[in-house]
Amino acid sequence: MVKARPHAGRFAPGDRVRVSSRPVVGHCRTPWYLRGKTGVVAEIHGTFRNPEQLAYHKPGLPAQVLYKVQFRQDDLWGGYAGPASDHLEADIYEHWLEPLK
Amino acid sequence: MHDHDPHDHDHNHDHDDDHDHDHAHAPPQKDHDAGPVGAYEVLEEAVRSLLIEKGVLTAQEIANQVDLMDSRSPALGAKVVARAWVDPAFKKRLLKDTRAELAELDIDIGTLAEFRTVENTPKVHNVIVCTLCSCYPKMLLGVPPAWYKALAYRSRTVADPRGVLAEFGVELPKGVEVRVHDSTADLRYIVLPMRPKGTQGWSEKELAKIVTRDSMIGTAVPAAPKKPVPRKSNKAA
Amino acid sequence: MSEPHRKNMPRKGAGGRASHDVGGLEFGPIDRHEHDLALWEKRTDAMLILLRDNKRRALSVDAHRRVIESYGEQEYDRTTYYQKWIRAVRNLLVEQEVLSREEIEARMAQVRARHEKAGRKAAKETIAW
Repeated sequence: MVKARPHAGRFAPGDRVRVSSRPVVGHCRTPWYLRGKTGVVAEIHGTFRNPEQLAYHKPGLPAQVLYKVQFRQDDLWGGYAGPASDHLEADIYEHWLEPLK
Repeated sequence: MHDHDPHDHDHNHDHDDDHDHDHAHAPPQKDHDAGPVGAYEVLEEAVRSLLIEKGVLTAQEIANQVDLMDSRSPALGAKVVARAWVDPAFKKRLLKDTRAELAELDIDIGTLAEFRTVENTPKVHNVIVCTLCSCYPKMLLGVPPAWYKALAYRSRTVADPRGVLAEFGVELPKGVEVRVHDSTADLRYIVLPMRPKGTQGWSEKELAKIVTRDSMIGTAVPAAPKKPVPRKSNKAA
Repeated sequence: MSEPHRKNMPRKGAGGRASHDVGGLEFGPIDRHEHDLALWEKRTDAMLILLRDNKRRALSVDAHRRVIESYGEQEYDRTTYYQKWIRAVRNLLVEQEVLSREEIEARMAQVRARHEKAGRKAAKETIAW
């Protein structure tokens, strides 16, 4: 597992990002319920080899920056049964995130 | 429902059917004839014996790894939580770099994943899930309970965490944020629960006793017993 | 412990929700019954850890997940956790050419025969490849 230099990567904490909704073939660690959803980068975890490639015993390089992304539950689920302050966080690889202006 | 009891079992269970496990377990026995040997158990034995024959693994390595996993249990996590409760500097370091702090306590979490500790506060209650498989901080807490790995928990916790918590007997006011962590990558999460009121002056050992596995997953909160815990043991040393 | 039936059947195929990707689906109440792992399950766990370690790198945890994820919904839902695991270990070892399908099947027959000789029935069910 390769650790990143701090602040490497495309996004910084506080950036609004959208999870890509492109089709997937093969192994993917970006859950279906987050595709196309908008969140905020909470933290940068560092760089990791790409699991989608590791799943086929490929090296998974170049290593991808991994982010902790926070979502409002109200934004994820229609009729969410809880207050607006409830959140969900997931660890998402950079190549699954798109910037939002 | 009983809490997970981390003692070792030598007898074999057939998991191909869904027979009830409520019967009391006999002490570990070899060749316990609990019915037919299941197909998957036959497969495990076949694969293991072939790998040993070919020198890929040794029987000793496998046994050592089984023992290692058996040695990891919620009691280990409870020790860490109790330490964090009494030592604010340790807690700060734990939140910053969990792997390093566990290493300071001689707990090696291995090379599979990094660990992160998320802290419960009066404003935030954390709960952990892995919707895609069942990633869990095994190297600290031992094996996860079956419900954590099952589809119902994995599917509902992200969408209805308060409903799930209510099933576990945890009700949180609307003023407290419920924050779900879906372990989608190579990070494993442990919840650092809040220290309950009424535990002032307790030793780390006494505190560790009230830290449950579920409170480190986020589906429970530790409770101080109503009666004070005796300070001195009445048992002979 | 059997898995409750899915209440909604997701779409399949590229672009659809994969069978393991269950966040937000309906599966009914949580069954909190607990039981210890059988020895064969602990050994399955141990073998996976050892096979992916630096000494062997025979398989990766990501590949193991990928194989498990390839099981169709019915298979995924009706098999237990470690049943999925040992099947995926088998498939990966064959994919990586560490073991062959023939020798695994031959060894399984031997294992069954050994149990039967010791007075214990062994399931003859084939585990789909």
